[in-house]
Amino acid sequence: MTEVFRLEDLKVQFATRRGKLNAVRGVTLTVRAGECLGIVGESGSGKTVMWRAAMGLLRGKKVTRTGSVRLGDVELLTMAPKQVRQFWGTEIAMVFQDPMTALNPVRRIGSQFAEALVKRKGMKKEAAMARVVELLRLVRMPEPELLVRKYPLQLSGGMRQRVMIAMAIACEPKVLLADEPTTALDVTVQAQVLELLSDLRETLGMGMVIVTHDLGIVAGHSDRIAVLYAGEVVETAATKDLFANTKMPYTQALLNSIPRLDGAPGDRMQAIDGAPPDPVSETTGCFFAPRCNFAQDKCRNEHPELVDDGDGHAYRCFFPLGGRR
Amino acid sequence: MSTAHLRPVGQAILRVENLVVEYPTRAGKVRAVSDVSLDVVAGETVAVVGESGCGKSTLAKGIMRLIPSVSGRVFLNGTDLASLSGEALRCARPNIQMIFQDSISSLDPHLRVRELVEQPLKVWGRGTDAERRDKVDDLLRSVKLDPGVVADRKPTEFSGGQCQRISIARALSIEPQILVCDEPVSSLDVSIQAQILNIIQDMKQRYGLSLLFISHDLAVVRAISDRVCVMYLGKVCEVSTPQRLTSSPAHHYTHALVSAVPIPDPTLGRRRAVVQGEPPSPTNPPSGCRFRTRCPAATEQCAAEEPQLREVSPGQFVACHHPRV
Repeated sequence: MTEVFRLEDLKVQFATRRGKLNAVRGVTLTVRAGECLGIVGESGSGKTVMWRAAMGLLRGKKVTRTGSVRLGDVELLTMAPKQVRQFWGTEIAMVFQDPMTALNPVRRIGSQFAEALVKRKGMKKEAAMARVVELLRLVRMPEPELLVRKYPLQLSGGMRQRVMIAMAIACEPKVLLADEPTTALDVTVQAQVLELLSDLRETLGMGMVIVTHDLGIVAGHSDRIAVLYAGEVVETAATKDLFANTKMPYTQALLNSIPRLDGAPGDRMQAIDGAPPDPVSETTGCFFAPRCNFAQDKCRNEHPELVDDGDGHAYRCFFPLGGRR
Repeated sequence: MSTAHLRPVGQAILRVENLVVEYPTRAGKVRAVSDVSLDVVAGETVAVVGESGCGKSTLAKGIMRLIPSVSGRVFLNGTDLASLSGEALRCARPNIQMIFQDSISSLDPHLRVRELVEQPLKVWGRGTDAERRDKVDDLLRSVKLDPGVVADRKPTEFSGGQCQRISIARALSIEPQILVCDEPVSSLDVSIQAQILNIIQDMKQRYGLSLLFISHDLAVVRAISDRVCVMYLGKVCEVSTPQRLTSSPAHHYTHALVSAVPIPDPTLGRRRAVVQGEPPSPTNPPSGCRFRTRCPAATEQCAAEEPQLREVSPGQFVACHHPRV
């Protein structure tokens, strides 16, 4: 499969009053055509910052970005904002967590949607409107002809998220980044939206990234998963391998802390005690060591590198579960 | 008048009968809670589960008399809260306390943690200064916070999980019989969520509490409750044990809800969404059974006649003309 998107040693720092805040500390990831990569991390792990910085949505005096972000053969990180913009929508598109605020509340759905097609694809207004209806039908919206006359606040959260998805795929991007696409939605609607995203990826052959805090969501909908902790990838593998053959104690702890429908009721939850390290202070050793049940002296003094056993399953741990390294 | 699932009057600490709560809107009155009955016996955890807009939070607020009800009765130890007002209502309140979803904003940012936890004791004139001090230290320790470190700080210095623990300590300071928890863990990360659920369970044991636990998360509900009420569009559609709820749901909506929960196991493959669409508007609910517009088993009878709760197996009640079991 061809590689469509690649982050190479991406680092993002913020200048704060307390000092430099390391939000992303050198992340390397690739997305291939037609594949879905799941990025899993808790709040503060840097998952959202990483994609916003890579897309060029996060820049300015107080943000330092280093490394490389390649879209096909193009380097995005060093490009001027105006030039990056031409790739948005056509090559790489995003779906955001909050469909309530991502749409313009004072314009009708049809008009704000068609504008994108007119500007990006040079379509005539009428043709663009017809295409909008077609796209809304593609994301399984009921009565798309009536919908284009409505304002965002007349739609439910799930419908708004479908509109966002339709807008994101309008110019047939090669990569779709979905940042917590279903967090604001109810579970029955979440199931529908995830199904829609997976179907669209298959029919359009896009590369897709789903960023989420919920391992349950990516289990059924991704080909590979990268687990983020304190701004670093701590484990990455094919989805089935990650679950069947978990190496990193953090990933295991995260899995154990999820209440499950097939678990025994009344059981005690397995919490992870403590909290992630402060992103401002410098920490030596493994970032997870203070919360890890298996930590030894080496873990507290030396920072582990991300190593691969040669089977595409990489982890950042000196004493992985199940051995090796 | 669906009250078949209520237990004999003497057994329950809290007994809610046919509660109706309405909100005025421009489009007319919205009946957010429509004829809901439930009861909680001593030492029990009763969960109310449903999607956004089903009326579960309104139900909690209606029980607490934080908002007025249109009709119905709320018995706490045999006294009808709905008939009380003024000082009599105030005096009944120490027995029933509540914690909220957004723990950070539900604590006064100007008060120190010690003052926050001590406040209910002061209001009710319990103990001397020294006794109250010891009690606060003890409460903070029981929610796994170090009084020496946290007592003189303000809520803004703490994370969501820590604030939720402070809220729990505060709510339990006057030793209520019932703690109403409105989505206490839904804004927290999974690892922190597990910590809070464990603390709630510990507190339940230690103080002999009964819990009314409002949540949208079936997996959480299954893990901690003894009895579950499923709500849809302002009505209770199923009452069950957590085991039966997931193994053999009787209502088609419960089934849809259970099948939509993402399971962190990639070997299960992608599961198809069982229901399509979203709940209809509560301003104009469907006639008969409220779920019929999305239900795969709906017939003419469902539109004509509203189903009442009836027992389909011991401890399992369903309001459906064509139940799955």
